[in-house]
Amino acid sequence: MTIEKSPETRPEAAADRAGIGRHVPNSGSAAAAEIERARSAMLDDSRPRSRARIGADALCDALVAQGVDTIFGYPGGVILPLYDIWEAHPDLRHVLVRHEQGAAHAADGYARASGKVGVCLGTSGPGATNLVTGIATAQLDSIPMVAITGNVPGALIGKDAFQEIDITGITLPMTKHNFLVRNADDIPRVIAEAFHIARTGRPGPVHVDITKDALTSETEAVSPATIDLPGFGKEVRVDAAALIEAADAIEHAQRPVILAGHGILLGDAVDELMAFAEKTRIPIAWTLLGIGAVDERHPLAYGYMGMHGWKHVNRAIQSADLLIALGMRFDDRVTGKVSTYAPNARIIHVDIDPSEIGKNVAVEVGIVGDVKWVIPALTTAARRRTDEERAGYFAELAEMRAASETVSWHGSGAWKDGLLSADYVITRLGELTGHEASYVADVGQHQMWLARYGGFRRPNSHLSSGGLGTMGYSLPAAMGAALGNPEVETWAVCGDGGLQMVTQELMTVVADRIPVKIALLDNKKLGMIRQWQEIIYSGNYHSSTLPGPDWAKLCEAYGVPCFRARTPDEVDPAIRAAQAVDGPAMVWFETAETQNVFPMMPAGKGLSDLIETWGEGAEER
Amino acid sequence: MAATNDPATAMERSVPGTGERERHTIVAIVYDRPGVLNRVASLTRARNFNIESLTVGQTERSGISRMTITLNGDAFAVEQMTRQLQRLVDVVTVVSLPREGTIRHELVLIKVSAPAAHRAEVLKAAELYKAALVDLGDDTVVVEYAGTQQDVDSLIGILAGFGIREMVRTGAVAMSRGSAIVEIDDILRSGIVPAVPPSA
Repeated sequence: MTIEKSPETRPEAAADRAGIGRHVPNSGSAAAAEIERARSAMLDDSRPRSRARIGADALCDALVAQGVDTIFGYPGGVILPLYDIWEAHPDLRHVLVRHEQGAAHAADGYARASGKVGVCLGTSGPGATNLVTGIATAQLDSIPMVAITGNVPGALIGKDAFQEIDITGITLPMTKHNFLVRNADDIPRVIAEAFHIARTGRPGPVHVDITKDALTSETEAVSPATIDLPGFGKEVRVDAAALIEAADAIEHAQRPVILAGHGILLGDAVDELMAFAEKTRIPIAWTLLGIGAVDERHPLAYGYMGMHGWKHVNRAIQSADLLIALGMRFDDRVTGKVSTYAPNARIIHVDIDPSEIGKNVAVEVGIVGDVKWVIPALTTAARRRTDEERAGYFAELAEMRAASETVSWHGSGAWKDGLLSADYVITRLGELTGHEASYVADVGQHQMWLARYGGFRRPNSHLSSGGLGTMGYSLPAAMGAALGNPEVETWAVCGDGGLQMVTQELMTVVADRIPVKIALLDNKKLGMIRQWQEIIYSGNYHSSTLPGPDWAKLCEAYGVPCFRARTPDEVDPAIRAAQAVDGPAMVWFETAETQNVFPMMPAGKGLSDLIETWGEGAEER
Repeated sequence: MAATNDPATAMERSVPGTGERERHTIVAIVYDRPGVLNRVASLTRARNFNIESLTVGQTERSGISRMTITLNGDAFAVEQMTRQLQRLVDVVTVVSLPREGTIRHELVLIKVSAPAAHRAEVLKAAELYKAALVDLGDDTVVVEYAGTQQDVDSLIGILAGFGIREMVRTGAVAMSRGSAIVEIDDILRSGIVPAVPPSA
């Protein structure tokens, strides 16, 4: 039998009288009161217009102190306090994207084109998770980025509050570091640390998650003059013995090849690389992200390596007796099967990240250090060589290059099966833009054609999602690149698949007058998927045919001038027309539907196993 | 070295690692901050390292914790794990302790069946190992023992004969013998840098 307690004796009644509320767990405690205050703040945070300095102001001041001028973002509930005070910080331009993934890619493109740290911003929950793909893209390509998200008030963390997700738990394994800031006073210090971490050593993305109450609390905290991160980014002392060993290997090599990676660009060592190559007369091959490390017209510039690289370059690597790998990481797209990779070569590997030495490929000489000063040390140690000394080697390289560049898979001409050839389009785009624009690739066949036929001359003129291979990268990253380096034209080079992932950003470039030109190579296919299905999956074409919109109508709806090219003679006028537009424009190239990128190293094979043709009439070479 | 394109004379390039697995002990000195255990555990999982145990505890310095990680793998895996851990901002330093000259001890609590008929034998076995009796129940005793993994294995083997009802091992903590220590004073002094680089 249950005995009803009289109202007067119920503990809840006391709570009611105290105004605490009967449904509050652990009612009456200080913690419970704090949670209730936070809950109210979630619903109502109106404040008087004349106001004290709050955490959001400290955030803006800290960003300005780091030299930030542009932030790509999207508002939402818990980040609104920042937008509410934005007008007080006119030095910070906010670019309102149409999806947070676009913000992250734009920050990435801004960083690659400008060499500065890119910044993106989103709210908690879905805003934050939408940033994730862009942050991961930056992580795999070592791009300096600071991603800022709002979170629910500190007291509500862990309560599954509206739009709460454990975003620092999500970004932990895919950032260089991340922070959860719960206190307004910590904001300037954390922002300074985040930027330092993002740009120091091997760059990478840093995520800063800030609770709503930290953004709204009053604070006088200002940006610190110094930061203290013991154990992080300390100078690595180069092993002198390794340098001597490297110099000795360079001295005795008959068939050396330099492998230039992204580290040359990130480490600002383009001139150092060239000085080394010119003194030692060693040809330079480059990775996808190493494109632009050397002007492709230079006599020692040999070409793009790897899965879809030039055959002559891969042959040179396979027959080399010494590889000098500078700021690259022997990705599987570069090596293929490691056991058959460069079988006669000793390898010197220089990288700023100690964990890269010997990670994918066992090397004879590993040097941990910044290419900016390791390369000059190698140059000093090396003997000056002449082309005469390398005459036999150079003659063979030239012969291999000639053979590689004249066989039919180098450009099928302007036509392919009665339709535009994609590599012709890329070749003309490079030529008509004087090879001086920023070219931002998406992911797939066109990315490889761009890498092969773009003809790059300038550092940081080629932007590509190399490590993560993120479709949908091109247009938003090009927005960032256009703002990060406004001195040159910016071309987003994309396929119809990637562009359909981020079509909404067309509105961003129109609304914010970002002068991005879009070269859409539309083959009505997921071309690289189709190519793999043709060659590796016995022609089982599942889900690789991709109906798309009428791009001209779509562009019209967004207000983007669109120029269409279906034949070779329409290519040049269309590109020129887009160039003439003051603002964003698109060129819609309708290209051959079944063109493949050759040569191709099939998955699981080595660099010597390149496929050069396929299908009817294919000849074994 | 003779240059050749002939696959017949070409060597196979070695893929990193020998494949010879053995137990290694890695000590990571870390900041005692929220999430640091998560960072180390996440890296271990994401980088596909096969760890046997991970313990974390306080050190002689406030704000600094010490992790002992027992890893089963070849020397290459240990080197990679050490370098990957070193990349974490919250990790002050990482060292791999040598096989010789290192104390590796773990603690075990074992609840053993000990009805009146067998109790004397259980106590005798525990005494033989100089294990402590920390609880006497109606028909169980709880034995506490600290020692090398080998000694702990051996004690468990003996007590298993009586029936182990419940058991927990902590995983190893490790320290060098003699005066050698994991030195971090220099590192802790070295972290101060300008908040904005001079060139910016």
